[in-house]
Amino acid sequence: MDEEYTSEYGPRWSDQRVERMLGVLVCTVVGLLLAMIVVVLIKAWPSFAHNGLAWFGPGGNVDDQLNAIFLSGQAGAEYVYTFHAWPLIWSTLLITGGAVFIALFSALFVAVFIVEFAPEWMSNVLQPVVRFLASVPSVIYGLLGVLVLVPFIGNHLVTEPQKASVAGVISLTGYSLLAATTVLTVMIAPLMVSIFSDGLRAVKPGWLEGSLALGVNRWRTTWKIAVRTARPAIVAGTVLAVARAIGEAVMLAMISGSVGFAPNPADGFIFIYEPSRPLAPTIVKNIDQLSSPPANATLFAIAAVLLVSAAFLSLTGWVARRSMRKYGAA
Amino acid sequence: MDASVATPPAAPPPASAPQRPAKGAVEGSATWRLSDRIGLAICWALGLLFCAIAVAITVYLFIQGIKFLKPSMLVTPAAAGFSQTETGGFSDALVGTLILAVMGISLALPTGVAIAVWLVEYGRPTALARITESTIEAIAGIPSIVLALFGTVIFSSTALGFLSRSNEGVVFGRSFFAAAAMLSLVALPLIVASTREGLNSIPPHVREASYTVGKTKAATTRRILLPASRPQVATGAMLGLGRIIGDTAIIVVLLGATQNFAPVEDVPFPLNFLRGAGTTLTNFVYEASPTGNLNQPQKAYAAAFVLLLMVLALNGAVDVVHRRARKVGTWSS
Amino acid sequence: MEFLKSPPPPIRRLELEDPAAARRVAPPAHPANGNGSSAPGGFTGARRSIGAPQFSIRRMEIDDVSVSYSNRDAVKDVSLPVRQGEVLSLIGPSGCGKTTLLRSLNRLTELTSTAKLSGRILLDDVDITLIEPTLLRRRVTMVFQQPNPFPMSVFDNIAYVLREQGSRRQRKKTLEPAVHSALDRAGLFEEVKDNLDHPALKLSGGQQQRLCIARALAAEPEVLLLDEPCSALDPQSTQVIEDLIVKLRDDVAVVIVTHNLQQAYRIADHVAFMYLGDLVEYNSATALFGSPREKRTQEYVSGAFG
Ligand SMILES: Nc1ncnc2c1ncn2[C@@H]1O[C@H](COP(=O)(O)OP(=O)(O)OP(=O)(O)O)[C@@H](O)[C@H]1O
Ligand SMILES: [Mg+2]
Repeated sequence: MDEEYTSEYGPRWSDQRVERMLGVLVCTVVGLLLAMIVVVLIKAWPSFAHNGLAWFGPGGNVDDQLNAIFLSGQAGAEYVYTFHAWPLIWSTLLITGGAVFIALFSALFVAVFIVEFAPEWMSNVLQPVVRFLASVPSVIYGLLGVLVLVPFIGNHLVTEPQKASVAGVISLTGYSLLAATTVLTVMIAPLMVSIFSDGLRAVKPGWLEGSLALGVNRWRTTWKIAVRTARPAIVAGTVLAVARAIGEAVMLAMISGSVGFAPNPADGFIFIYEPSRPLAPTIVKNIDQLSSPPANATLFAIAAVLLVSAAFLSLTGWVARRSMRKYGAA
Repeated sequence: MDASVATPPAAPPPASAPQRPAKGAVEGSATWRLSDRIGLAICWALGLLFCAIAVAITVYLFIQGIKFLKPSMLVTPAAAGFSQTETGGFSDALVGTLILAVMGISLALPTGVAIAVWLVEYGRPTALARITESTIEAIAGIPSIVLALFGTVIFSSTALGFLSRSNEGVVFGRSFFAAAAMLSLVALPLIVASTREGLNSIPPHVREASYTVGKTKAATTRRILLPASRPQVATGAMLGLGRIIGDTAIIVVLLGATQNFAPVEDVPFPLNFLRGAGTTLTNFVYEASPTGNLNQPQKAYAAAFVLLLMVLALNGAVDVVHRRARKVGTWSS
Repeated sequence: MEFLKSPPPPIRRLELEDPAAARRVAPPAHPANGNGSSAPGGFTGARRSIGAPQFSIRRMEIDDVSVSYSNRDAVKDVSLPVRQGEVLSLIGPSGCGKTTLLRSLNRLTELTSTAKLSGRILLDDVDITLIEPTLLRRRVTMVFQQPNPFPMSVFDNIAYVLREQGSRRQRKKTLEPAVHSALDRAGLFEEVKDNLDHPALKLSGGQQQRLCIARALAAEPEVLLLDEPCSALDPQSTQVIEDLIVKLRDDVAVVIVTHNLQQAYRIADHVAFMYLGDLVEYNSATALFGSPREKRTQEYVSGAFG
């Protein structure tokens, strides 16, 4: 033992040396993240600089704008940067917001169901099923959406008069807000359920017992003690799910309809059948335009918006969790 | 009376720790308000709906997969053709997924474990530790499409030209190397989190015992702490692998998304493939779906089924690791 | 009939229409103040100047109760009365089933899936299996061996009971008096009155236990079950709790589990000695400690004091 210590771990693996090496590695990773933020922002700058705040506003057809930007880069002529991303942002907000709202509500109930109310055998079966569904690649959900849900919506839910009513503006084929939101919900809900139920399971049994011993019924004990104590896990799960939803590119590219169109709630109920395209899928769809400098800047600008949203999101989650920890253990 | 009866038991059982209240306990409805009952009804309804959806998705994918998957698809590469019979299988995609899984995890695992070790065992200066923690958390929240775009910038730089195909000074920037590097970032947070959990679950007295006999921190970590947290490291690796094989955005952007391997010429064997473009199962599913370029739904289902089996195997492995770790037991603190 | 003029009855106190229903208890054989008079068992400590119970009413009846955990008996054929106006103390070596017996009194054993109970337990002559568990647990409240304050503020810990047991949402202001009085009765108010928003989990162990007692008292129970409430307390807080228990005994029936025989001697009116699940001896405190009938009792009682 002593020999090993001096020869193998003495000079070569001294603590200081190891600490320094690990420190360098850690700094590299931190540096990589910073570099990424800086690079993305720098690359995005021309697009933001040319459009100002109008970048985020509405105006014109985004798809035409993207095309013009791309072509201007090809020709070697003066670069065009005009880009008004509102339809993409609006689509992101609608799809992500809808999916997160539905998933949050139902995942909370499902997690409570699994942990507190389902019969023992059922929770034992559901636990691995939830984890499995949470790890299914998003592209598979996309495939199901394209091959099952989209045709179903297109053929059975959208009526001919409805198609006719917006015929001049957009064609309703089933690729729609409804399809995208549904599939996204199905995709992120298991993730939430999995994290929520871990949180609920970690609640100290003594607290539940204490509440039950005071004659508080099962439901209120669950809600007031278990769910309340598990709030940090609920926030963490929600933040992760929202991040996934905002960043989901390929799956949404498959089923959102991939049209730079802003579904208009003023159209009435029919707007959920309208196609659109969120921010992230726009990058995927136009990825072969990276070689054109203005298109490159525009795509990086979209990425910058995603990056900043993600950062803002985890900051929000961090602040929220921090304030909840006040009464938590230790 | 026998005197020995009266002596208290030699080792009194420890005060029983509270246990989770059993589910089946009878409880009448006297104190259940209407809102409580409605809540419980919603709970059951959503729970059962969730079960139904889960069963539907799983069963449907399995049926379609078994129906359309032919063994020949696993060994024939994709080919150009007009009908589904002429276009071959997806062996290149399958191999591509395996290559990326190996490359990605062999980058992410050591890095992740090292970061976790630094965070738990060293963690000085504190400011850097906190920054690192936030960094890891931030990486977990960054959309993979953003990572992919960033990757195009890094790997198109001339300095890294040796990692991909370059043509008259213009670096293509898309290769297995590029994709694997970025995919390892996707897996990193999971590995760090899991390893930290493992290291944190080892009570301090274990470390102290090792330091007392003169072991260095490094030796203690390598000989005692890491072996003890092997289950968690393995779990992290498995979760990371799941994310790596399931990612599509990075593949589409950074692997060139060809239908077959596109090795670089004039380079020795493994490198020519790794520096070239390729495809993976996720990319194949994307391309073979009606919105992709191939539009071969049946093969998409077949490839999705293979992918699903891989995910299932990883999940099973995690379960086995957990169960075995529980059987071996943990430290008493 | 002096006790009828004593402090106002608490909520849900048993109606005493016929004063004769209260069984008069004979005064103890030795002077309550115990100035130097030593009990035969070697107990020299003074019994508190609490005096004999003024009355006692039989509230609960444990009738031939056995509890087993997956076929391993933890409590075997125990029969005991629980009376309001008196303090009943359960003593016995670790693992003899005291906690289990206590938990079965408000059907908490049902929360352990492996536990099986046989026999009858009556509360005011009604079988408790006929009482809805949540309602029963509001009448028969338990304080656990390990303090388990909820992860909320001190105020919310107490208010939780009031809020959840009330039929409608109450505002903080209207809850304040009840919360304060519960904290006061548990002897905690003076220490926490300045910051009731303090996280309960940051209190000391003793304070946490008193908070749990305050929480149980806020529920205005008829029977209070205390499982080693003083094991984590310093002598001073122990005294506060003991005073409290003695004060409470007229309003609620108190059952207390304790490992501290001196304590049992100080505050209990009746003591039940359990051993390996059996009820070995049940008697008045003076009799059990002074002249135990059973050899095992004597050995336990004297053994613990060398
Ligand atoms: N949840 C349980 N499952 C199985 N056995 C249990 C459980 N709780 C208690 N027991 C067993 O029942 C017996 C009585 O336990 P109990 O907790 O009632 O003892 P106790 O007298 O309260 O001990 P202590 O003084 O240490 O608190 C013990 O042998 C214990 O191991
Ligand atoms: Mg006990």
